[in-house]
Amino acid sequence: MKKVRLTHAILAIVFISLTAMSCRDNKKGEDNDSMHSEMPEEGHHDDSMMDHDNMDTSNNGMDSNMQNADAKQIVVDYMVLKDALVADNKGQAAKAEKKLESTLNDFKVSSYNAEQQKELKDIIVDAKEHAEHIGKSEMDHQREHFKTLSKDITDMVAITGTETTLYQQFCPMYDGGSAWLSMSKDVKNPYYGSKMMSCGKVQKEIN
Amino acid sequence: MKIAKIIALVLLVAFIAIQFFPTEENQSDRVPKTDFLLVNKPPKVISSILKASCYDCHSNNTAYPWYNKIQPAAWFLEGHIKEGKSELNFNEWDDLSDRRKNSKLKSIINQIEDDEMPLFSYTLIHRDAILTKSEKDLITDYMKEIKDSL
Repeated sequence: MKKVRLTHAILAIVFISLTAMSCRDNKKGEDNDSMHSEMPEEGHHDDSMMDHDNMDTSNNGMDSNMQNADAKQIVVDYMVLKDALVADNKGQAAKAEKKLESTLNDFKVSSYNAEQQKELKDIIVDAKEHAEHIGKSEMDHQREHFKTLSKDITDMVAITGTETTLYQQFCPMYDGGSAWLSMSKDVKNPYYGSKMMSCGKVQKEIN
Repeated sequence: MKIAKIIALVLLVAFIAIQFFPTEENQSDRVPKTDFLLVNKPPKVISSILKASCYDCHSNNTAYPWYNKIQPAAWFLEGHIKEGKSELNFNEWDDLSDRRKNSKLKSIINQIEDDEMPLFSYTLIHRDAILTKSEKDLITDYMKEIKDSL
């Protein structure tokens, strides 16, 4: 009987120490994740499989003009995110952000000149950080980050150009005046959503 | 009664055991010339607020409290400091491009205005790190000034 108790006690000790150790490991893992999202040169592997599948197919057949296609895909992903904010849909926005983040990660800038590459890399790091925060924030924070993200994407488009016409729209009310990009002339405000859907005007047409 | 004793013993042993897991201390006596305070040379009142309320987790040098000698408190601190530094390291301020500085400043302003920083778990013990309304205004006004000058 005594022996059994002793064994139980030992088992319990082992169990608790192991739990303590594994907690620590988990924590380390998380830290690594948040660190690595800051690093542009590392590939992003912890997105959902679905997003990766999408990426793979969208990358196929683009070998001839990779950089252009990547830039185009970034704009497309940005639009999905914008529409989620227009629709006041926090979950969709977070999902769209994941996709945008992985597209940003895969953006090959090698075909641009040195100065443009430097600028683009800077934009990518910044845009990724804002995208990442959109993934883990409440709506109002998502929108704060979307503002700076919009600036990043607008600056990116200024370098990469765009095949489809984009409309830079501007709402003077949100945070001292905020811009965003849209593929349509119609104003649908991503900063206010249903609260003030039509606040804003087309500021610039980007071809 | 016996069982309670065994549980107490087990907890004690586990508590002692985890003391042997070391943590990496965030300590450095060298302040690089990219440091926010060196680059921007803010007024004394600003720099002392930043040092008291932000630098423990957002720089390469933490003034550790006594309980950092005790697990699991040390792990908890280590996690926060790592995360804090990966978001923003004031020591490496000038390594950032203007675009990145602008983003960081915007986040600093928002987080202070929304009372998200300094963290509640930090001010719980570091009472001197709590920002009063006027200190918050001082810091955010100053950060806005820097942001506009970029």
